Formats: sequence, C-alpha cells, structure tokens
Amino acid sequence: MKVDLAVLGAGPAGANAALAAAGHGLSVAVIDENAAAGGQVWRAPAPSVTRDDADARDGAALREKLRISTVEHLDSATAWLIARDDAWRVDVARHGRSETVTADALVIATGAHERVMPFPGWTLPGVIGLAAATILLKANGVLPGQRTVVAGCGPLLSLVAASILKAGGTVAAVVDLASRAEWLGALPALAARPDLLARGALWRARIAAARVPVFHRHTVIRAEGTERLGAVRLGRVDAEGRLVPGAPEVAIAADALAIGHGLVPDTAATRLLRLRHRYDAASGWVAARDGTLAGSVARLWLAGEVGGIGGAAVAALQGRLAGLAAAQALGRSAAAAEAAQLQAGIARAGRAAAAMSWMMRPRPAMAGGITPETIVCRCEDVPRAAIEAAIAAGARDLNQVKQWTRCGMGPCQGRMCGEAAASLLAPHVGGRENVAPWTGRPPLRPVSADDLLGDFDYADIPIPAPAPP
Amino acid sequence: MRVDGRDVVATPGISVAAALLAAGIVVLRRSPAGDTPRGAFCLMGVCQECTVLIEGRAERACMIAVRDGIAVSLRGPHAE
Repeated sequence: MKVDLAVLGAGPAGANAALAAAGHGLSVAVIDENAAAGGQVWRAPAPSVTRDDADARDGAALREKLRISTVEHLDSATAWLIARDDAWRVDVARHGRSETVTADALVIATGAHERVMPFPGWTLPGVIGLAAATILLKANGVLPGQRTVVAGCGPLLSLVAASILKAGGTVAAVVDLASRAEWLGALPALAARPDLLARGALWRARIAAARVPVFHRHTVIRAEGTERLGAVRLGRVDAEGRLVPGAPEVAIAADALAIGHGLVPDTAATRLLRLRHRYDAASGWVAARDGTLAGSVARLWLAGEVGGIGGAAVAALQGRLAGLAAAQALGRSAAAAEAAQLQAGIARAGRAAAAMSWMMRPRPAMAGGITPETIVCRCEDVPRAAIEAAIAAGARDLNQVKQWTRCGMGPCQGRMCGEAAASLLAPHVGGRENVAPWTGRPPLRPVSADDLLGDFDYADIPIPAPAPP
Repeated sequence: MRVDGRDVVATPGISVAAALLAAGIVVLRRSPAGDTPRGAFCLMGVCQECTVLIEGRAERACMIAVRDGIAVSLRGPHAE
C-alpha cells in the first residue's frame, strides 16, 4: 500500500492526525493493534457495555469521524518494522500475513503504557495495572475481582475505585502514595479544567459514600498468595516513597489488586529509528520534538505521549497539529491560523496535564526499596539481586544489564521492567538522565513467523536442475 | 468459549482475557523461567502475560474478542 501519510496508532493523537491530514487532501493510512480506534482512554466498549461518560462520547465521535473519512484504517494490525529509504516503510502483520505500507510522511502516535514499580507478589494472578482495571470496567463490563484493593498514585486511583463501586463491586481499600495535602496542592493547576475537577469530586464522593478505607501515604509492601492473590499487605511511606521503619503493617484480604505508578511513553518505534530523545523529569525518556511536533529527522512528526505525557485532550490537539504539519510539508495549504489555535490550546491544557503527571510520578525512593528477591523482569523472572550483581560486575547501561541478566529480553521487550531496571542503575551512573533506554530493535512487537511468511512456501522456490553428470 | 475442551459461558465481544476473568479463570499460564503462575496484567496488549492459544495460535487474550465457540487453550499443566 502506498499513501502520502502513514500514522502509527489510532488513539486520540493518531486518529486526529489522520483526520486532519485527510481533511487537507492527503491519502492516509492509520495503523493500530486494536480492533477499533480510540487508544486507551477513548477505547471502544464491547457491544454489551452501555456507557455515557465524556470519554465514551469522545471516543464514539472519533470513530464516527474516521468511519466517514477517506482514512484507510488498518485495524488489528501490528506494525513490526519501520525503515526509511526514499520514503517511509512500515511493515504490518495483519490477518495472518505481513504487508508493507510506504508513505512520504510519518506520524508516530504510539501512546504510553503503565508503569508498575515491582514489589513481592506482583506477578501473582489477580494483580493488574490501574489502566488495566479501567479497560476491564469501561470496555468489557467486568470487575477485576470480588474484593479489589486499588493502589498506586495519580488520578486513576479515584477513577478505578469509583468505577468498581458504580459497577456494583467492592473496593477493599484505596492505597495512595500521595498525602491529602499533595492533592490539595494540585488543585489550582486544574482550574482551567473544571470538567476534570467535577469528575474527580464525583469519584471521591462515591468512594466516601461507600465508606471505603483510604490510606494516604501508604504503599503495597507485598501481594500474598500461592496460585493467586489472597491478601495485600500495606505499609506507611514518607514523601519519597520510603517505608517508615517500625510503622504498623495492615493486611487486607483481596482477590484483586489494581496498581499503577504513572505512565511510560512507548518509544519503541522512535528508538528503532534512532531519533533524538531527551530526558524529562515528569515523563522520563521521550522522543524529542519541536514546537510543530517535528521529530529529529525530516517528514516525521510525533503526536501525543511518545513525546511527553499530556493526557487524551492534549494528545488530540497535538494529533491535529501533526496532521496539519504533514499536509503542509507535502504541499497542501494548511491554515496557519488553525495551527496557532491548536498550539494555544495545547499550552492551556498542558498545565492541568503537568499537575496530573506530577501526581502520577513514581516516588524517588521506591526502586531502592525493592527487595533483592523481588522479580523485576516478569518475562524472564529476573530478580533485583541479579541486576545488582550485573551492576557490581560493571554493567553501566541498560543494554549491558539486558545482555548479562536477560532483564528486558522477553516478549514484553522491556516495557514492563525498563523503568525499574533504569532506576536501579541510576545511582551508579549519576542519575536517571544518564540511563538511556534500551536500543530499539525489530520487531516492534512479538510477531508470528507464520504471519511474516504469509503465503510464502519454501516449496515454491525454483530449484535449478542438477548439473549434467 | 471452549476452554481446554470445557464449555465456558462468555459475553460475545468482550476480550477473551476479560471473559476468562469473569468466569473465575485467573491463572492463564506459568512463566517459562521461574514456573510461577501468571494471569492477565496490563489488558492492553503490552505485557504479553495473557498469551494463550486461541484457535491454535499464540495470542494475547486481551486483544481477541470472544465469539461463539472460540477455542482457548491455556498453556502449562492445565493445557490439553
């Protein structure tokens, strides 16, 4: 397939980039792993789920706009390789075979995934991410468990707890790294987003009405159980996330734990392309982009979380801006006034996003508190002690840690353990900003060899006739 | 769904991972290196923990929608 613009990701950023570019006459293909557009926050609910909240309406409106547009939506598609020759080339595994999309311009809008700092028992079935819980509840209409502990930091805590209660479930406890005072301190930054303030107040009211115990300045010490989660043990922490010595522990019976410590930009594609990246205190390592969202090579734009965590509203505006920039670069007359308007909107929404991103940050002492036997790399079962041994033996970057321990070498490709591994390495190299992410390698996601082969059959290779005797 | 040859009632259109959870099936596989039980974790296709055999292919259960009669095989000691 040959198009003017290829877009990676059909979330708020990618879908809006595709729509804006198509609106200015570009032929556009948007590539996404999911069956429907919307990304995570605007994820399409299953047919059995009825919802009428703001995110559901925004997602439905986006999918309708895509449906009636000229955008070619490659859904259920795994982009596994990106390269650049004269044009951009994206290889996509879809419907059991691999196809190549070539494009003059590329927008990367691969979003973010969840960060969960490791603790003993976090691999037990029943332990899931906070964002994972929102997907279960909002897209599938399924509760995480009979009794759920909701833990971690940031606005997803209240959203998940309130959503469980609304669905008729039981929240055993809310466990928040932040103090009440930290939340009050974040409120002024939300003044520009009264809609978010109102939603937050509603969630909190629902949690209070259900008399759910809320533990501020607490963390999960460990998840307990043999084959599956049975209980969650909590402890008090200080502002840096360090366990307070001697403070009493609390054990809570639960068959589900939803826990998360913020979001990590998915930079697998931008790292594979060897783009310039930068370290940002709130978002970690992100792909570098300028004011027009252009990346560090020509005809490439970066929209949404891949360049810094900003939330769905900011991502949608950035997507439009990136789509307009691509259209202009390919010779279409994009309205400069609209771009200026979008930039102003991004700046306005950015303040609330920065405050929420700050509340979601992992606390600085958390990695140091991981016990030696705790699994850091889930895929390869690599404990902290093995990583520390590699560091003691001289490993000084993440690639070395990976090569020496297999941490990050499994099927998640370091997405689940990368943050923790980098935080463990950081004190040995002068800080987190000195720990560059793993080198990007294809495939971008695990892909089946059958899909890559497609219709190819070794039997079809012509075999030359043997030389005459 | 047919889960390891057993009928499991599921809501069409939700993810296989969500349907398994709703049916009380939370242990989906064992980790290859440490042989520890694992279940769905990120539910958004990133962590690969819910990879099971669906219609004979290794698939992330969170990325595949339930349809009538879909065959799911869990890896490890519970596999067929």
